[in-house]
Amino acid sequence: MTAVVDLDVTGSNEELRRFLHGLPGVDQVGADARAAQLGTRSIKTTAKAWAIDLAIRMVDLTTLEGADTPGKVKALCAKAKRPDPADRSCPPVAAVCVYPSLVPVAAEALRGSGVHLASVATAFPSGQAPLAVKLEDTRAAVAAGADEVDMVISRGEFLSGRYLAVFDEIKAVKEACGEAHLKVILETGELVTYDNVRRASWLAMLAGADFIKTSTGKVSPAATLPVTLIMLEAVRDFEQETGRKVGVKPAGGIRTTKDAIKYLVTVNEVAGEGWLDPDWFRFGASTLLNDLLMQRTRLKTGHYAGPDYFTLD
Amino acid sequence: MKFEYAPAPESTAIVSIKPSYGLFIGGEFVEGASAFKTINPASEEVLAEVSEASKEDVDRAVEAARAAFAKWSKLPGSERAKYLFRIARIIQERSRELAVLESLDNGKPIKESRDVDVPLVAAHFFYYAGWADKLEYAGFGPNPRPLGVAAQVIPWNFPLLMLAWKIAPALACGNTVVLKPAETTPLTALLFAEICQQADLPAGVVNIVTGAGATGAALVEHPGVNKVAFTGSTEVGRRIARAVAGTKKKVTLELGGKAANLIFDDAPLDQAVEGVVNGIFFNQGHVCCAGSRLLVQESVYDAVLEKLKRRMATLRVGDPLDKNTDIGAINSAEQLQRIRTLSDIGEEEGAQRWSPPCELPEHGFWFAPTIFTGVTQAHRIAREEIFGPVLSVLTFRTPAEAVEKANNTPYGLSAGIWTEKGSRILSIADKLRAGVVWANTFNKFDPTSPFGGYKESGYGREGGRHGLEAYLDVSH
Amino acid sequence: MTSRIEVRKTLKLYIGGAFPRSESGRTFEVDGHNAALASRKDARDAVLAARAAFGKWTGATAYNRGQILYRAAEMGESRGVGASDVDRLVWYAGWADKIAQVIGNANPVAGPYFNLSSPEPTGVVGVIGPSDLVEAIASVIVTGNTCVVVTPRAVEAVFLAEVFATSDLPGGVVNILTGYPKEVGPWLASHDDVNALDLSGLDDAELAKSLEEAASDTLKRVLRPLPVTGMQRMTAFLETKTVWHPKGV
Repeated sequence: MTAVVDLDVTGSNEELRRFLHGLPGVDQVGADARAAQLGTRSIKTTAKAWAIDLAIRMVDLTTLEGADTPGKVKALCAKAKRPDPADRSCPPVAAVCVYPSLVPVAAEALRGSGVHLASVATAFPSGQAPLAVKLEDTRAAVAAGADEVDMVISRGEFLSGRYLAVFDEIKAVKEACGEAHLKVILETGELVTYDNVRRASWLAMLAGADFIKTSTGKVSPAATLPVTLIMLEAVRDFEQETGRKVGVKPAGGIRTTKDAIKYLVTVNEVAGEGWLDPDWFRFGASTLLNDLLMQRTRLKTGHYAGPDYFTLD
Repeated sequence: MKFEYAPAPESTAIVSIKPSYGLFIGGEFVEGASAFKTINPASEEVLAEVSEASKEDVDRAVEAARAAFAKWSKLPGSERAKYLFRIARIIQERSRELAVLESLDNGKPIKESRDVDVPLVAAHFFYYAGWADKLEYAGFGPNPRPLGVAAQVIPWNFPLLMLAWKIAPALACGNTVVLKPAETTPLTALLFAEICQQADLPAGVVNIVTGAGATGAALVEHPGVNKVAFTGSTEVGRRIARAVAGTKKKVTLELGGKAANLIFDDAPLDQAVEGVVNGIFFNQGHVCCAGSRLLVQESVYDAVLEKLKRRMATLRVGDPLDKNTDIGAINSAEQLQRIRTLSDIGEEEGAQRWSPPCELPEHGFWFAPTIFTGVTQAHRIAREEIFGPVLSVLTFRTPAEAVEKANNTPYGLSAGIWTEKGSRILSIADKLRAGVVWANTFNKFDPTSPFGGYKESGYGREGGRHGLEAYLDVSH
Repeated sequence: MTSRIEVRKTLKLYIGGAFPRSESGRTFEVDGHNAALASRKDARDAVLAARAAFGKWTGATAYNRGQILYRAAEMGESRGVGASDVDRLVWYAGWADKIAQVIGNANPVAGPYFNLSSPEPTGVVGVIGPSDLVEAIASVIVTGNTCVVVTPRAVEAVFLAEVFATSDLPGGVVNILTGYPKEVGPWLASHDDVNALDLSGLDDAELAKSLEEAASDTLKRVLRPLPVTGMQRMTAFLETKTVWHPKGV
């Protein structure tokens, strides 16, 4: 891999705008068709077993409810460390993802497990707060033990063409993160067009994102396969251009093993196998994990599994 | 490879292939004069023996079609429609069986026969079924009448789909047909004959005669046919046009092509590359409208080539029945030889050849997806139809040059344009001398959409309202 | 008192907007006139002129083509062309900007695509031995084709050529070769740069068959010597172009 190259395109809003609007367009119908085609891959037997274990290792096990409590979070952490208590060969998930206020609880529960701790920040999910508040939100989460921060971008600023403002904000949050990894949530459901998704992806990467993430899970549609495809093309092209590799995290709406495998196929064939790793691809999900576990058991035992045999959280 | 897809073969248990097949004449399967074998091009194993129709067999088939015409043409359109709807439904019901059989006999990937060919076949029958009782509204005058007996000769690249393109409009308009499938791919047509029986289609309305070139010639030249419809090579098309000269036979010909796919510097590059791949590697490049010439604006040439090569490296070549196969088997040894010969000529003429690393099976007929760069208009691979997974890459600098190069061919079947600029699309679409122009897409087909060529790509249109005219007597 | 000596007219070919003699120097007698007798090389020149004129003529707006055909009707009226011929020119003039609406289609494909089929002219049409010159020429050119006409009816043909020559019709759209279909027809039928043949007026079935055979080498569209309507005449020399485009945001 060549040395990291800085793209010098952020001198002014106009310069950044020219760069982002100079990226090749995305034809929506073509992108949808490509994603649908990738979705028809038939992954069976050994390939399926391998994919399920990888998918489990890529899960950011998430709870982002107003009703979240320390008890709920502790249970989730236990599940994250040992998703299938009945089977020691089942790997742990990648991370647990919670609100900042619950980071201390999760940090305690996950200590020494190797499972990462992600916190949403920057006035999640709307992002509608003063920058100072967002930065403080971030610092607090990191100080409390989060080693990954999932921030939201200001969609309002983005949609009104104030790209440099979005860029500066991401950069500031990245600094506030310190050592923690920054995942930048584009909230693609509010960006609407694939052209916007591509531009926002590049904007976030230019500003220093370690990951780009589709959605908060609070807006419909959340992650979709075509949107993830666009983002995978973006990280692939960004690495080609700059030498820096950025991860991708679809979040929300991925509930079944079948769906997860479609995403993995897309990662494999669009970005390449270099991204088939929890360091570079994550699933933001809650119910997905249990379906992965059921399918895993089905493959191991040869018969269909039932939900009563898997833990709730 | 980290993510090794395990084999995902479609089961062949759904289809039972008989050891031998007769000709379908007058609603019955009858012995032909002699027989030939049809093989699976992916394994070279014999699938079945098929009758070879002699001149006398063709006579019998035309007679059967003529006898059936009297009643069929008098049947109210609304009743003919119901037969066609019935056929469409049976095709849907037996779609998996048809898809598997098509892939076995033709070598095309199951995902294509399953997701493209067979659904389009059913859709085609549905579409034309609805026309059967509305012909006076089709814009061909107040009194459109059937022509009589249609002689239909179809190619091996889309055996069942081409059958549908031929039979559905012919029957909807009140004609009866004698159809000859290609020598190397007769089986789905014979299964279709069974479907006609299952639909209780009156005997003789559809007749299927199997055989090679001689059978086709006997059919086309038969004095008892009123209509000739052919899809295949320009060479044979010329012979047919000559053979019917001076007769009253109405003729439609869908022939070869050498389509240009134009990528401008403001194109949606990822989708353009996808369109190029779909344009030339879909169906192993055995597509008359394949985008076999890629014309790239010089300023994005490197980016396009890099993306194209990376994409080609993910193409999976192999067992047509594996659901993950993207490129199946070449249909015959003869076709493989032609592709090899022209590719060798490409190299001899100085073009640079590239294929992604891919392992080809030991038995059967295979050709790796291939691109040639450094190609000019003067190269034979830029002029002749290869009919295989071989792409010639050329460059251009201005829109005028792009159009000039695209049109610089005796063919005129299809063309592609990739640019995000709307007015450029419309201007260039106007200037391209081709019957189908795909802008920011490629190789899309639909029963409602007319298909057919300019110049030596043939004449007449199939599909849509336009497709009816080929099967109607529209004089006074 | 002596009666006035009339001024006779030399009957010449009409190629590329000019009235040349035959390059062969030959003439043949028609109704007491010596008319230029077109040769193989005149046919070659006429095809070159027709091809050169095609781009501009097919690129003209349909409204403009209609105006020019109507202008031809006006010129015909003032020059004493028969009433039915003038009326026929007027009829075809009106078709110029309607034919695409009548035979074009928006196709409701099963997917997110715009899909439009519209007619386009076939190209250079060889009109060999037409029975009705005005009908044949007007129906071919109104849709944007250019033509090379071969007819032995030199007096009528030259008269008509003069009408077109004074109607703002670009030179080369209509080319008229006075001569014998049997002699010149085969050169047009075998010419690689001719896209279609109108044989509908030919009364020589044997010749028509041999021309159709020759036309097969480049897959020319052929209108056979059978009865046809005006609409069928026009559609015989039209191609259908179908354009697809995705609909996305």
